[in-house]
Amino acid sequence: MGKKLLLEHDNVPGINTLSVYRQKGGYTALEKALKTMTPEAIVEEVKTSGLRGRGGAGFPTGMKWSFLAKPEGVPRYLVCNADESEPGTFKDRYLMERIPHALIEGMIVSSFALGAKTSYIYIRGEYFYVARILEAAIAEAYEAGLLGKNILNSGFDHDCYVQVGAGAYICGEETALLESLEGKRGNPRIKPPFPAVAGLYGCPTVVNNVETIAAVVPIVNMTGAEYAKIGIGRSTGTKLISASGHINKPGVYEIEMNITVEDFIFSDEYCGGIRNGKQFKALVAGGSSVPILPAALALTTAAGEKRMMTYESLADGGFATGTMLGSGGFIVMDEDTSIVKNLYTFTRFYHHESCGQCSPCREGTGWMEKLLHKILDGHGTLADVDLLWEIQGKIEGKTICPLGDAAAWPVASAIRHFRKEFEDHVNRPSSIKDVKHYYRLNNLAEA
Amino acid sequence: MSERLQFSDETLATAKRIIARYPEGKQKSALIPLLHLAQAEFDGWLSPAAMDCVSELLQIQRIEAYEVASFYSMFNLKPVGKCVLEVCRTSSCWLLGAEDIVRHIEKKLHIKDGETTSDGMFTLKTVECLGSCGTAPMLQCGADFYENLTLEKVDTLLEKMKEDGSRRTYTRDQMIKL
Repeated sequence: MGKKLLLEHDNVPGINTLSVYRQKGGYTALEKALKTMTPEAIVEEVKTSGLRGRGGAGFPTGMKWSFLAKPEGVPRYLVCNADESEPGTFKDRYLMERIPHALIEGMIVSSFALGAKTSYIYIRGEYFYVARILEAAIAEAYEAGLLGKNILNSGFDHDCYVQVGAGAYICGEETALLESLEGKRGNPRIKPPFPAVAGLYGCPTVVNNVETIAAVVPIVNMTGAEYAKIGIGRSTGTKLISASGHINKPGVYEIEMNITVEDFIFSDEYCGGIRNGKQFKALVAGGSSVPILPAALALTTAAGEKRMMTYESLADGGFATGTMLGSGGFIVMDEDTSIVKNLYTFTRFYHHESCGQCSPCREGTGWMEKLLHKILDGHGTLADVDLLWEIQGKIEGKTICPLGDAAAWPVASAIRHFRKEFEDHVNRPSSIKDVKHYYRLNNLAEA
Repeated sequence: MSERLQFSDETLATAKRIIARYPEGKQKSALIPLLHLAQAEFDGWLSPAAMDCVSELLQIQRIEAYEVASFYSMFNLKPVGKCVLEVCRTSSCWLLGAEDIVRHIEKKLHIKDGETTSDGMFTLKTVECLGSCGTAPMLQCGADFYENLTLEKVDTLLEKMKEDGSRRTYTRDQMIKL
């Protein structure tokens, strides 16, 4: 059994309430931080911990914090990115729903470290009921003197608010999130300036993912050095993985970043293997944006080593044979899955979610969706497959924000690793009409 | 000139509480939360009059509310049924049968994706990932998530919603036990 730092008490009845959360050791990090540490010391602990952004980019959190500008007389803000919308990802929802105080405590400790008197939790609108759970937790914290003026007699004042979005994947991009928080359309800003210099209302702002902020609590409790001992290399600490698809035990798992992909999929402690006794076909390891891998490359790197659940091991081989840990949205597909159809759902998603600001993404995602629809419908040509490849290459790296890359990578990797499936859809259109699963395509072809 | 709409006293108090969360002069930050309130109060959709009610309260230009309302997928710019069935169709939900759920609802209610039943009770809307991949397939109606769906569960849900007959909004939990 791996060590759990965030979800140790997720099944304790009443853990969503302040009293039970405190019985289980909650708010000791806040007391320790306010009574015995300076803000700079907390930033140092986070740097030492090696904690990396858990939203998907994996940028070192301590470094991000150290970029925060501190001009005199200008307010600074901490904004929590709870706009969890990456297909395959539902860990933040689970954490906030089960243990809301873990996030609230992290918000207060982090705000103290950053010198932010106000913080906002921007949560996707569809999670309205989770926003209410957070608001109830915040009300409890105010009541107990953990928020508001002079917290725990430290002289530190802090207010924390929840803001709901209204359905836009792009608002998970930090500058789009800030625009949305200011009451505008979620169009990403051109960087620089980065939010650390000019963020919310033009003031220095740190934007961190829910899981990242919650991880600050155990780091303060156990020290950064101890946290850094968990995991392998630069993948320190624990990570929440959202496991879904054709597995026996879907759900949110907290793992130490030192287990193999094979163990995670097949051991009973985690996913419990592929359901209905089927074969494992493909894996999306870190949310829809990351390259899809065929089973063999998901389990073993091109160099023949066992693939580990770490940032580095999953990325081993670059995009040619590797992928990314991303947000930890772990989607497992069995032998019957049509990779082309799955890709179509991803591409339709990115077309729907493109903000429309940059033409390569606005137009390109739509073209890719149409081409995939055409291929799925049996009217595609081999030239269409090449055209898909060409379009994705003309989106990647040519947009203001990473949504363009995120739309291009799944297309590139699906064609790279599963080109034959695309060609089958083109070459045998009569047999794939309305085909839902790839195995039927194979059976029909043999008949 | 369209009709003027006004929030009830209760909603107005909530709106003022929300506006107070933001610094002086930054009241526009409350736009999205207030549009949610307006949608819940004025029949589940944002008519120009409903949006104008919000922009007046925030002292912003009307177009500022329109451009935001048209950007975000949770805002309905046309009238909808009392129960908007938002069925997730992205990857994990698709892998586990979301298409069957959509087809079943279409058949049962005699409507297509995006349409509303003639009695104004249901609107069917396919949506992108709602963060419920581990409990796929799923649908959201108002604030509530209905997960691990089967066709039988959908039947029960639709019957109970029809029986209950009330409008479901994002701002209120009205979960039906399945």
